[in-house]
Amino acid sequence: MSKKPKVKKVKLGKLAKKEARFGYVFIAPWLIGICMFLIIPLVQSFQFALADIRMTPFGRLITFVGHENFTQIWLEDAQFPVMLVAYFLETLLSVPVIVVFALIIAMLLNGKIKAKGMFRLIFFLPVIIVSGPVMLMLTGQGAATINSMNTQVIYTTLDRFLPGSLANAITDVFSNIIMILWYSGVQILIFLSALQKIDSSLYEAAQIDGGSGWECFWKITLPTIKPMILLNAVYTVIFLSNNENNAIINIIQSAMFAGNKGYGYASAMAWMYSLAETLIIGIISLILLTRKDAYEKQVKKVKKEMKKQKRALRRARRRGKRNGAKIDKQLKQVARAKK
Amino acid sequence: MERKLTNSSNKLLELKSKFNKDKVKKVLKGSREKDGLIKQIIVYALLICIGFVYLYPILYMISNSLMNLEDLLDTSINWIPSKLYLDNYKKAALNMNYIGTFFQSIVVAGIPTILNVVVCSFVGYGFARFEFRGKKILMALLIFSYIIPPQITMMPTYVLYADLKLVGTLWSFVLPALFGQGLNAPIFILIFYQFFKQVPKVLIEAAQIDGAGFFRSFFRISIPSAVPAIITVFLFSLVWYWNESYLTQLYVNGVFSNGNWTTLIVELKKFDMTYNPQMAMVVDGASSNNNESIRMAATMLSILPVLAMYFVLQRYFVESIDRTGITGE
Repeated sequence: MSKKPKVKKVKLGKLAKKEARFGYVFIAPWLIGICMFLIIPLVQSFQFALADIRMTPFGRLITFVGHENFTQIWLEDAQFPVMLVAYFLETLLSVPVIVVFALIIAMLLNGKIKAKGMFRLIFFLPVIIVSGPVMLMLTGQGAATINSMNTQVIYTTLDRFLPGSLANAITDVFSNIIMILWYSGVQILIFLSALQKIDSSLYEAAQIDGGSGWECFWKITLPTIKPMILLNAVYTVIFLSNNENNAIINIIQSAMFAGNKGYGYASAMAWMYSLAETLIIGIISLILLTRKDAYEKQVKKVKKEMKKQKRALRRARRRGKRNGAKIDKQLKQVARAKK
Repeated sequence: MERKLTNSSNKLLELKSKFNKDKVKKVLKGSREKDGLIKQIIVYALLICIGFVYLYPILYMISNSLMNLEDLLDTSINWIPSKLYLDNYKKAALNMNYIGTFFQSIVVAGIPTILNVVVCSFVGYGFARFEFRGKKILMALLIFSYIIPPQITMMPTYVLYADLKLVGTLWSFVLPALFGQGLNAPIFILIFYQFFKQVPKVLIEAAQIDGAGFFRSFFRISIPSAVPAIITVFLFSLVWYWNESYLTQLYVNGVFSNGNWTTLIVELKKFDMTYNPQMAMVVDGASSNNNESIRMAATMLSILPVLAMYFVLQRYFVESIDRTGITGE
């Protein structure tokens, strides 16, 4: 206590300190909540995943079993591994479909369209009514597929040159095409409002330089709304994963109350499920983040080039100075000698 | 004879000059100012087609829910029922105990929604207005809490509720909402965060110089300017709580411990199980029990309230994303 640290931190002023304290006051409910409903359950859930939990009349009986739950799921469970792979592939396939579709619709609506409000109304409608049981009822009655689309043909053709699970996933995307389109309501609106915020002078400048609409799309529209694409993709993954139509989360729920499985087994499932989801988000953000667009690359290149030139110029000047000094000296010497 | 021919050829020439190649091209392909006819036709056709695909399930649902059994089995009747038949709705409403469930749904969706709005606006303001240590980490935690699926924390939370004897009561929804962990709360906090960032700081500083405390400047200045965000959060939260069935069934309805609360969506989920054929037999003879018309009618009934709300308040829904500035800056 008596020894004071040598480097003093810049102390906050009285007012700033008070402000910081009030900041904590404002977020206090959330902080408590995040401890109570996120961090503690997360730790507990990990403990659960490594344990076998039985409900007995005297309370919960928790025995530590290590990785047994995981090995049991992968080796003995008939459903879960298959469904997890199917979920992984299906989500990875439907996310691009949804995002691209939403982008197309948003582009169409962004033009000069009459009755724009009505179309927006229609495309946003599913967001309001979409929910697990409603979707289940609709798909159950065949309202979710377009009758004239023959998915069997697609399956048989794909099956010839693709592994079965992948062909299955693609066919599923096709057969539930309406549902997939239904999931893109929020994404359309996000894209639409992003498109409307692009500066129109950019397009005008491009047009003067002779850029076609196609070029404008790739060089202006897409790079500008790129962050929104990532946002939408992540939103879509989360939406698809937490959707009640997702078979896996129902399996987890039923495993929770099943006599031979229990909380521990279900926790292990949930952990693997969220790992798969995080993996998908990781893949998507890797794809969307790593590829720098051409413009940025060129700017970097030009900057590098300019730096190089500057350095060369400086060197030349320095050399020139040195040489100049030398020549000056020599000249002076010559002059002195002449005298 | 000759004159006539030249006359007609003259006319032809006139006509040609009227519809010369460039003009036709201009109308079809469009000029700089105006979109061409071809492009317009393609755009509208695409929009109408996709719009139909969007509406198809709803139209299908409405038409099917109005069919009686004969219409349903008759292959010649595709869309329009032979006569208006409302018995399906009657049966479905009877089975779901519609009026009672409807009011219960409003309570189950409404109370957490109000809490969500209050708490999220508070937290969003805290993040937007104040600078404190660890803010970046906490923001990251906020996003993290949205990304991880609720299934992973479901088991311990359920155990917690069971220990506190909250399963099957409304408290199991109220408690998380009270602490900013309600349904999709991270999104709402971010919406409020974005919104409060746009409120000029000068305004709040001026209020503080005039002697307003932190809470007062929050309630008197920030809240009144955040009305659009509040409306957005309220509507979305209400709709999402209304449509939630997975957690509702687990916590509020109680899968095994029979709770007192139920919602229309949960009733719809359990519809096939609870549907009582005995009752249906009384209505229309021994032949029928649960059929798809009744199911469609039940589905229609369960989404009817939100659908009505949507058409009345559509402006707020559709413009919500523009207003909250998720996409901005």
